[in-house]
Amino acid sequence: MDVLTAIAILTLGAALLGAALGFAAVHFRVEGNPLTEKIAALLPQTQCGQCGYPGCKPYAEAIAQGGADINLCAPGGEDGVRKIAELLGLEIKPLAEGAAQKPPAVARIVEDRCIGCTLCIQACPVDAIVGAAKQMHTVISSLCTGCELCLPPCPENCIEMLPVQETTENWAWRYPARVPALPPLALSPAASGENSC
Amino acid sequence: MSSYIFLLISAVLVNNIVFVKILGLCPFMGVSKKRETAYGMGVATTFVLTFATGACFVIDHHLLTPFGLDYLRTIAFIITIAAVVQLTEMIIAKTSPALQQTLGIYLPLITTNCAVLGVPLLNISRDHGFVESLLFGAGSAIGFSLALILFAGIRERMESADIPRPFQGAAIAMITAGLMSLAFMGFAGLDR
Amino acid sequence: MLKRPLAFRGGIRLAHHKYESAHSPIASAPLPERLILPLRQSAGRAPEPIVREGDRVKKGDRIAAAEEWISASLHAPTSGTVRAIGPFPVAHPSGLSAPAIVIEADGADEWGEKTPLLDSPARSAANRAALSPEETQRFLQNMGVVGLGGAVFPSHVKLSRAPNTPLQTLIINGAECEPFITCDDRLMRERADDVISGTLFLRDLLEVKETLIAVENNKPEAADALRAALARADAAREIRDVAVMELPAIYPAGSIKQLIFALTGKRAPAHVLPTALGVQCFNAATVYCVWRAVAHGEPVTHRVVTLTGNVEHPGNMEVPLGMPMGQLLALARPRPETDACIVGGPMMGFLLTDERAPVVKGSNCLIARSDAFFPPLEPETSCIRCTSCAQVCPQGLQPYELYWWSRAKNSEKAARYQLMECIECGCCAYVCPAHIPLVQYFRFAKGEVRAAEKAQDMAARAKERFEFRQLRAEREKAERAEKLARAAALQAEKLALAAVTDTDSPANAQTPTTENAP
Repeated sequence: MDVLTAIAILTLGAALLGAALGFAAVHFRVEGNPLTEKIAALLPQTQCGQCGYPGCKPYAEAIAQGGADINLCAPGGEDGVRKIAELLGLEIKPLAEGAAQKPPAVARIVEDRCIGCTLCIQACPVDAIVGAAKQMHTVISSLCTGCELCLPPCPENCIEMLPVQETTENWAWRYPARVPALPPLALSPAASGENSC
Repeated sequence: MSSYIFLLISAVLVNNIVFVKILGLCPFMGVSKKRETAYGMGVATTFVLTFATGACFVIDHHLLTPFGLDYLRTIAFIITIAAVVQLTEMIIAKTSPALQQTLGIYLPLITTNCAVLGVPLLNISRDHGFVESLLFGAGSAIGFSLALILFAGIRERMESADIPRPFQGAAIAMITAGLMSLAFMGFAGLDR
Repeated sequence: MLKRPLAFRGGIRLAHHKYESAHSPIASAPLPERLILPLRQSAGRAPEPIVREGDRVKKGDRIAAAEEWISASLHAPTSGTVRAIGPFPVAHPSGLSAPAIVIEADGADEWGEKTPLLDSPARSAANRAALSPEETQRFLQNMGVVGLGGAVFPSHVKLSRAPNTPLQTLIINGAECEPFITCDDRLMRERADDVISGTLFLRDLLEVKETLIAVENNKPEAADALRAALARADAAREIRDVAVMELPAIYPAGSIKQLIFALTGKRAPAHVLPTALGVQCFNAATVYCVWRAVAHGEPVTHRVVTLTGNVEHPGNMEVPLGMPMGQLLALARPRPETDACIVGGPMMGFLLTDERAPVVKGSNCLIARSDAFFPPLEPETSCIRCTSCAQVCPQGLQPYELYWWSRAKNSEKAARYQLMECIECGCCAYVCPAHIPLVQYFRFAKGEVRAAEKAQDMAARAKERFEFRQLRAEREKAERAEKLARAAALQAEKLALAAVTDTDSPANAQTPTTENAP
């Protein structure tokens, strides 16, 4: 009898709680995934597709739905992975294999080899290439994201990626080299006295 | 009235559930890397714990004891807590998806958080009334949140500190928690 | 008007080291054979060269023209031939090269045509009324007038009025607060009349209520010379609203924010221009150049440079822009134990990496470095959180917190502690008992913050362009679909018509379908 009471009471309780949860599930239904926008804001928007998704937003959607790893974005680099990991409370991972971060570069069209086929214009995700059919094309370097999507369609192989050069205008101070508090042990008389700045 | 205040102070500071009773260490270590997450976890736990203590009190006094089913207390409490956690998760998913993502696995894990089970059980063993139970639950949860947020603040700074290699990661976190626990021992004797 | 300048927060008293170079008059540097003129000598965009290799230029000829508003032109400091246009070593902490125009001097030093804005100084008052501010601004841009205090911000930009705050105070900055530097001091002493004339010109142009000339109280001769010049100008026409103010010599009294606070009691947060507070500020040497340009038609081709430190003959020299710094410092005869050359002051300057780097508009001082003047840096030890840095920070920051985050390369957190408010004056590093090079950490972190901001901007722009492109693609697709649908509808109609006519005359039935066949 005791056992039956116990079973009955627990069943009753479970049924009540289940009903409450069922009600809540209907009442608090979530439409869409508001995380997508937040993740997209952290991506570099190069639209390069190196993550395997056709653009930054689709990749953000894939992360938000849990379908994609957070370490696929090569242009975003380690720093980008760290930011997404922080937003989602996940562990920071190294970049996925093959998704090595390259030094920033911009595309340049070797103008005497361009035949004016407009294929690169169609490929550019940010409209950074201007030109017309049978006319020479050129890249607006300030708009170029360095996504390299214009390289494969070019039939003449006349687009090259130029690494962004360091100039006095874009140069930034380096991390200060730490002078060791204790000078390294001088092993020979010649080695000493070379520790000046 | 004053006994209620003492109960609350006792639960928050003197008998802090993390630092003095050493309960709920799993989320305490897991969700204390960032302050924002700690706030979220604190709020979620406070909500769950307060509700759970109330619900458990009702179930214990009006369902289990009259039928002499005291031996089912643990299992009944766990089911109740699980339901409340589910409810909380749905509410958070609706109101703050980022918080839901951040809390991640720890939100469902509140279910198995020993602090959340421990507080209702302590309530029974101490013969607390309904109001006292609620106060004790809320107080413990506030104490938990306090510990979590303080610890997260320290850990955020520790990220940039020169920690000797063997102490990096969980080791220094444990040492810090130990020192904080010692500090909270200083509240002993405040309520009586 | 304040009777006495206010004391700004923090700051330090430093050994002035001014007496070495301040006692002798400004000398003229001999003309070097080759002048290297980096195109970028002002903040904003570098001007575009308008000469070619082999061109003959006369002194004062424009050789590079500003193409944007925040940019200033560049002029030939002497007559000669353009020899090259290309990258040359410049005085920059990075040691990188930058595009420059090289002029080989012919030795004649022959002036080109001078076209002053005011035809002659005597008629200036009448002329001035006819001048529009825009005309003056364009004139100064073409004359290459930039802030000579070191920030080299184009001066004409600073003459634009803020849209809704009327300008109240004009400050002429002759504080020269860094140790060792005396170029403005000597200039104010010897050419006070031109400085005052320039000040009055700017005052009339900006229509300010009061004009304050700030001089640190360790330069009483300069203050006296300015007062005497002011009295002479006052004799010609009454001047009531211009005053010379002596500031206590606390570094960094000459920093724009500290100066504005000391003289007006107004505080400018980061990203807020002084004009928004109704204040505008010009360096004394800049004002001198403004006057030389408007009254004499002389563009900025020379500047006074202090040569000091471990040298036999410290002093000031008027130097043609483009003179190699090594050659210039040699004129002061560095003593044998000199091991480096500091460009700028000892607090905010940097070490010269290539002695071929030329003097530019912003170079105010060259200091021969030696261990006697600047004891070698002691090794950096751990921060003991003594907060000495916070007590001297003139910006009211907490350098120990900034250091904590900057060192950990967490520039986002550092920015939350108002990193960008830091003026890099170096007070914190000077007093740090742990010998931490705080400013170097802050400069690094600031670079990170700026890079992040730039990346964010780039991303936002790329996103906008990408989304617009997608929108366009969709629209084109929709238009094409609509066109096809319309064509299909037309065809269906014709077919229907054909079907109707078909019953009447079978002979016509085939024609519409064949016509519509693709």
